[in-house]
Amino acid sequence: MAEQMMAADGRTLKSSLNRALRRQKLRALLLITPLLLFILITFVVPIGQMLFRSVENQIVGDTIPRTVEALADWDAATDPVPDEDVFRAFAADMMVAVEERVHTRLGSRLNYETAGISSQFRRSGRDVEDMGEDLTAQFTALDPAWADPATWVALMADPDWIADSATAQTEPAFVVADAARDALPRTADIYADFARVTQVANNDSPTEEQPWNVVYIALYQDLIANPAPQIAGAPDGLLGAAGAAAAGFVAPDIRAAFVDSDAGWGSTVTWQTIQTYSPAYTSSYFLNSIDLKQTPDGIEMAPENQQIYVKLFIRTLIMSLTIMVSCILLGYPVAWMLANLPSRQANLMLILVLLPFWTSLLVRTSAWKVLLQQQGVINDLLVWVGLVADESRLTMINNSTGTIIAMTHILLPFMILPLYSVMKTIPPSYLRAAKSLGATNWTAFWRVYFPQSVPGIGAGSILVFILSIGYYITPEIVGGTSGIFISNRIAYHISSSLNWGLAAALGTILLAVVLALYWAYDRIVGIDNVKLGG
Amino acid sequence: MTSLPIYATTGQKIWHYTFRVIVGLILFFLIAPIIIIIPLSFNAESFFTFTPEMLALDPAGYSLRHYRDFFTNPDWIRPLQNSLIIAPFATVLSVSLGTLAAIGLSQSHVPYRRAIMAILISPMIVPLIISATGMFFFYSQMGLWMEDTLGFSRSFTGYVKVILAHAALGIPFVIITVTATLVGFDHSLTRAAANMGATPTQTFFKVQMPLILPGVVSGGLFAFITSFDEVVVVLFVGAAAQKTLPWQMFTGLREQISPTILAAATVLVAISIVLLATVEMLRRRSERLRGLSPN
Repeated sequence: MAEQMMAADGRTLKSSLNRALRRQKLRALLLITPLLLFILITFVVPIGQMLFRSVENQIVGDTIPRTVEALADWDAATDPVPDEDVFRAFAADMMVAVEERVHTRLGSRLNYETAGISSQFRRSGRDVEDMGEDLTAQFTALDPAWADPATWVALMADPDWIADSATAQTEPAFVVADAARDALPRTADIYADFARVTQVANNDSPTEEQPWNVVYIALYQDLIANPAPQIAGAPDGLLGAAGAAAAGFVAPDIRAAFVDSDAGWGSTVTWQTIQTYSPAYTSSYFLNSIDLKQTPDGIEMAPENQQIYVKLFIRTLIMSLTIMVSCILLGYPVAWMLANLPSRQANLMLILVLLPFWTSLLVRTSAWKVLLQQQGVINDLLVWVGLVADESRLTMINNSTGTIIAMTHILLPFMILPLYSVMKTIPPSYLRAAKSLGATNWTAFWRVYFPQSVPGIGAGSILVFILSIGYYITPEIVGGTSGIFISNRIAYHISSSLNWGLAAALGTILLAVVLALYWAYDRIVGIDNVKLGG
Repeated sequence: MTSLPIYATTGQKIWHYTFRVIVGLILFFLIAPIIIIIPLSFNAESFFTFTPEMLALDPAGYSLRHYRDFFTNPDWIRPLQNSLIIAPFATVLSVSLGTLAAIGLSQSHVPYRRAIMAILISPMIVPLIISATGMFFFYSQMGLWMEDTLGFSRSFTGYVKVILAHAALGIPFVIITVTATLVGFDHSLTRAAANMGATPTQTFFKVQMPLILPGVVSGGLFAFITSFDEVVVVLFVGAAAQKTLPWQMFTGLREQISPTILAAATVLVAISIVLLATVEMLRRRSERLRGLSPN
């Protein structure tokens, strides 16, 4: 058996080397970890969360849970408008939402899908408080104790909670008794919400507030279902009397009350919209971002006048391509010149390329805004030369021309620099050899030089394309309405229309395109070879 | 191309000069918009074009009024101060974390090197508008948490949010420039230092750091300019109290444009010339040190 090599400390050389390697790896990871964590936490995860908003739709189920549950079995084909039970559930949900001031948010969410719903929510949000007040009056007429908050606390509260709140300085969070939940399930459910909202949103105590009308509606429903509920410790005879009398009460007509408040609640479309968009996750934002629409009958095209996103994506692509091609056309001669001049002159010329690269983006954009205006330097010059009449000054700003000119200028260095670094490596002797073998200038260039410069064109083009497709600032300032990109629409939905889900869906599509291009760039050039400023 | 041989035909001569004119025009297109705002910023009137007095080189057509406005008007002073607060802190953060990570990445055995590199470079790749929206949601939650739980003032939290966001954007530049410098770094030097009894910390500060310093500094300048020039993210993450110079220029351009913007632009051009000169100097110095360039 061959003797194993030993290190100085008596271990085998192999294990000693392995240990050193492991240590080295560990040290490298230790150096990288702080930054990696920083980027993951402050950059990668937030973007992931943002993208998640494009499918997230919990707002409907969270805001009107009872309605969503009641609507589950509703079929628009047999029953154009849902029955009274759904409306009662909806009244309860609305009451909670109004008190927590979230009903308008849900209204705006559903308004993205069916225009007009937002105002329905706002209008009925004001009316829902009074719905069912006749029923409340019947309960209090039967026994004035029903108007007393203390009656309700005695019925609903957990005995431990009553004991706790008697001793505690600040009232603990309300707890509903299990007995109440068993005997009066609906009432207990909505009363729990009432107590929570009273305590948290209104900073009040359920012991001092009369419950909402919707609580009485729930009680009425429970009593109709079970006229003789038993709750240990409830005030004597109160529930029994109410249970006996409930059957004789005039039933509340909440459906009529809602339709009265806004006729939209009587329309099938409204309820179909709520039903369609009740799941916690939705593809509707993605559908909307490619001009499709989710309807009860399946996926359809959006109305003609709302089809803007596909057009906008195409425009973004076409304009980015135009900018890329202009950059190639303008960048190629400059890069060639740079690569073929003696190094002293080339360095001087490189500075002319690098200065715009280093100059603030805002400076360059403002320069173009100033130059391209109707009363700007370029138009003045054209009028002075006599090429353009004073009345017919050119409109070069607030349209796509402005965006293309300004962005070509801004992105040109990103084309020149990679082209230059590739052309520098092409030996000039190849051209001379081609010519000495009888090629014309053009053939020598086209057959010998150009193919060797293609990697530079590829690298520069992808770089320019990636940068321009996601541009926001320049189109926003010089683009007007016809020269804007998809990014401007994303910004609009984030800061003005507040349709964050749609913004996230548009952003996801844009990001997917950019990442695909980036992957291509990595394959062609390699991310390690990105050069900055020469 | 370099020089025209004597035997060139007329056609070749014409092409030679036409080509130079074309290149000259393209360079003019690159430089002119930046240069032209400099004289325009000295306009005595509130116009964005040359007045007849200016064209006649009449001193009455020129004035420093827009500069006076820039340096005295709080609408411009506050943003300038904010930019000068935010950019240095963001730079220090990205340079310190970025340099450490770049040194780690340049070691010979790093597991998942490509994946890590891709994550670290991502702030440069992801379109700014997407980064901005992601950060908008994240930092508004973080800001609330810092104010409510940690009890920091609103303005302090505002600055921290923008500084962290800008640091993330500057990191790819630091990583790229520092790893590029480290490619040429001779690792036997650190071994030699260790051999002669230096501790790892000593080796880092006395041997490695001086050699990679040009890369670190130019990475830092890139990070600085990224933050100093950044507007999309600050628009979304910052509050009005953190309004930076580019933000002020952006609002000016979008809403009502005042000629002071040209004075601001000229000041920024001056700053970029200084930065460009510094980076070029450092690049040449490091090439000379590494013996890549004969002069």
